[in-house]
Amino acid sequence: MDQSISWITVGSVEDIPRQGSRVVRTGFGDIALFRTVTDEVYALEDRCPHAGGPLSQGIVHGARVTCPLHSWVIDLASGEAVGPDEGCAGHCPVRVVDGAVQLGLAAFRPGRGGCGHG
Amino acid sequence: MSTHTNPPTKRERLVVVGNGMAGIRTLEELLAKAPDRYDITVFGAEPHPNYNRIMLSPVLAGEKTFEQIVLNGRDWYEANGINLLTGDRVEVIDRANRTVTAMSGLTVGYDKLLIATGSTPVIIPVPGSTLPGVVGFRDLADVDTMLEAAAKGGRAVVIGGGLLGLEAANGLTVKGMDVTVLHLMDTLMERQLDRSAGALLRHELERRGITVLTGADTAEIVGIEKVSGVRLKNGQELPADLVVMAVGIRPNMALGKAAGLACGRGIQVDDAMTTSDPAILSVGECVEHRGQTYGLVAPLFEMAKVAAARLAGGTEAAYTGSVTSTKLKVTGVDVFSAGDFTGGKDCEDIVFRDAARGVYKRVVVKENRILGAVLYGDTKDGGWYFQMLKDGTEVAPVRDTLIFGQSFGGEGAANPKAAVAALPDSAEICGCNGVCKGTIVTAITEKGLSNLDEVRAHTKASASCGSCTGQVEQLLALTLGDGYAGEAKAKPMCKCTDRTHDEVRRAITALELKTIPDVMQRLEWRTPDGCHHCRPALNYYLLCEWPGDYKDDSRSRYINERVHANIQKDGTYSVVPRMWGGLTSAKELRAIADVVDKFAIPTVKVTGGQRIDLFGVKKEDLLAVWADLNAAGMVSGHAYAKGLRTVKTCVGSEWCRFGTQDSTGLGVKLERMTWGTWTPHKVKLAVSGCPRNCAEATIKDLGVVCVDSGYELHVGGNGGMHVRACDLLVKVETEAEVLEYTGAYMQLYREEARYLERTAPWVERVGLEYVKRRLVDDAEGRAALNARFLFSQSFSQDDPWAERASGSVDRHEFAPLAQVG
Repeated sequence: MDQSISWITVGSVEDIPRQGSRVVRTGFGDIALFRTVTDEVYALEDRCPHAGGPLSQGIVHGARVTCPLHSWVIDLASGEAVGPDEGCAGHCPVRVVDGAVQLGLAAFRPGRGGCGHG
Repeated sequence: MSTHTNPPTKRERLVVVGNGMAGIRTLEELLAKAPDRYDITVFGAEPHPNYNRIMLSPVLAGEKTFEQIVLNGRDWYEANGINLLTGDRVEVIDRANRTVTAMSGLTVGYDKLLIATGSTPVIIPVPGSTLPGVVGFRDLADVDTMLEAAAKGGRAVVIGGGLLGLEAANGLTVKGMDVTVLHLMDTLMERQLDRSAGALLRHELERRGITVLTGADTAEIVGIEKVSGVRLKNGQELPADLVVMAVGIRPNMALGKAAGLACGRGIQVDDAMTTSDPAILSVGECVEHRGQTYGLVAPLFEMAKVAAARLAGGTEAAYTGSVTSTKLKVTGVDVFSAGDFTGGKDCEDIVFRDAARGVYKRVVVKENRILGAVLYGDTKDGGWYFQMLKDGTEVAPVRDTLIFGQSFGGEGAANPKAAVAALPDSAEICGCNGVCKGTIVTAITEKGLSNLDEVRAHTKASASCGSCTGQVEQLLALTLGDGYAGEAKAKPMCKCTDRTHDEVRRAITALELKTIPDVMQRLEWRTPDGCHHCRPALNYYLLCEWPGDYKDDSRSRYINERVHANIQKDGTYSVVPRMWGGLTSAKELRAIADVVDKFAIPTVKVTGGQRIDLFGVKKEDLLAVWADLNAAGMVSGHAYAKGLRTVKTCVGSEWCRFGTQDSTGLGVKLERMTWGTWTPHKVKLAVSGCPRNCAEATIKDLGVVCVDSGYELHVGGNGGMHVRACDLLVKVETEAEVLEYTGAYMQLYREEARYLERTAPWVERVGLEYVKRRLVDDAEGRAALNARFLFSQSFSQDDPWAERASGSVDRHEFAPLAQVG
């Protein structure tokens, strides 16, 4: 299934603090890599669909992150805002191979805003 | 000499000699059974009401205050019509005339006498043992002596590596003394621990900076006017400013002996707790029962129950001796032992070790029954093993998983209600107060109790640490069926738990929870790692409860506190250097100007708190900005913190023609004392030099207004969304008092306000009268609060900017992981 995607190694899982995030600068803008308490890794555009807050700076809990600006809660797997808020952060395929974190940047999908930010 | 006369009711007269845990527990039990039978007089040699002696160690370590360990305040004695005479030691019992006479000369007649004089520390008879600076560890006066010595720092030698000695050593270390423990045997706590557990314990104490010398036999305590050291039999000499004798206790039976009661190692009692004189009963550490003496709390309570039943007129109750268990009360060191664990013939040892967690467990089984248990590092199953040991439970059915504890495979683990239903009536539910299932169920049915608070009031179950609350609720549900409406719940902390902020905090203290995962595990969080509401709160509560011990969890901090700057709407940060009391200098201003130029910082603004705020700093520039500001002598202004923000001042008597005191200087002192602290929410202080109040001190969390005759302290103000003028707390005369009140107030707020609760709503919630009672009326409590504040500050005053600018902390926060595409 991955044949259409070219994977780029951006670092190792250990580089990302558990329950934390690191940023990768890309042509699509900043991508935030998240590592959960159970060591799953997710990648989202580093922009909250609400007001563009840097999600990488939020508190990671379960498979969610809370935006530091207005406390929107974003699901890490889908990028969707957790109800009642509506909106979706851009997201990017990511996989971990032998501890290396790889991004499928070509398959990046931009988000859609809530709260009239289009 | 005055003589007690009988009141018209002609009730019997009961005199209790000894106002300690055993005597008063007996009275509590007696009042529950026969509230009107006696006119009761209690003599106490100590000047205090009844307190929890086993909690003296946490008082020494600064983890609890004396008020927190009082079991029954004076109002309790009054409410029960008990005549309490403190600070008056009983010196003579006249059995022929049935009177006792105290030191003051007061003589009181009795029909029944209860002797509960406890024990005294053993002072080993070496030269120098009576020098000033040599203390036991037995009562509050000893603790006060130790705290006084510890306040001056220096060296302490603790003689005795048993339970008490180690608790004293830990407390003194926490208080900043350089401590050496001398122990005669090879293994610490050899009566309670085997060698493996003893070695783990020794290692942990050494890690905390305590020196442990085993096989150390004291020859002499050295000193001329006061203690200066201890010399061992091998010739080694240790300097010491304080020597604590904790080699053991001895039943305090002098009074009984002088009265001609039969005595051996203690005052001899039969199974009815009655001495050789049928009118005299005795309980507690002063007695010898079936050749045994006891120095732990559980047997005392069992004796108290029997004595109370007998005093109430019962003829059945009998005490048959106790099997005891031990727990070391040293924060962060979990040690439990019970029964006989020496092992030997026909005994089987089941051992479990987990080096990574520092866990050692050993259960000794003989003929399919538990004979003893030693647990180190993980003691949560201690109660389970102990119950099976006391009951003589067959362990064959769970033999294979026994060592892993109750939750591994034990019956009923999956269904708490069924588990509680399956317990026998004699099973202990509340370990703190020794209340068993049958007592609770009986109280529920006979007294018509319908909720938790009523059960607490009538039985004391769940009234201390609260860890059995769930079980008590199950008992209510089981006993009342549909008649139990459940508990009206206060608002829980967040969706991850049903518990309130206050409940979580109490549990952290009582269960000695030390990490966020521990709290979530023990309090049964519904989420794997909490949420953005509970994690920062838990991080704060743990930091406040265990200063110096708890490791801050940066992942549970809001971004501003994690990177020590304020995030702005565009994702850049603002930076505010500290300006003590609002003072700055040409050098600082020049450095700030240079930083603004060098990093092209777009906006510079003066804040409401008399600081300079640099807006629009890019995250990756933060470290370099801080390094430059540090180089000019500036540190973080904590403008981002739930902590001390600023101390705003006016110029005061140094320049102002109206100034009455040096308000700027005092502001600087206050800021130097309080900076770096973490609090439930932000805290702003101010000092005005005269009642014109140019520093707007009366809308601050704490504001000082200087007047000719001293300083007015105002608290609980807020200039934010809901403006609230301060309340006047107190007026004091000296700067030193201002500092002490400030430290105490900060600590009271830190310990008791809920996370994200500013002082204004907090003061409104608890009431100004409460704050006054704790800070103004109670000088001792105030000093203790201030001491705890200063202790906690000793761990918090490192500049977070310097730590990060040097590259040693959280480097990953400030740089992208990679650049691609």
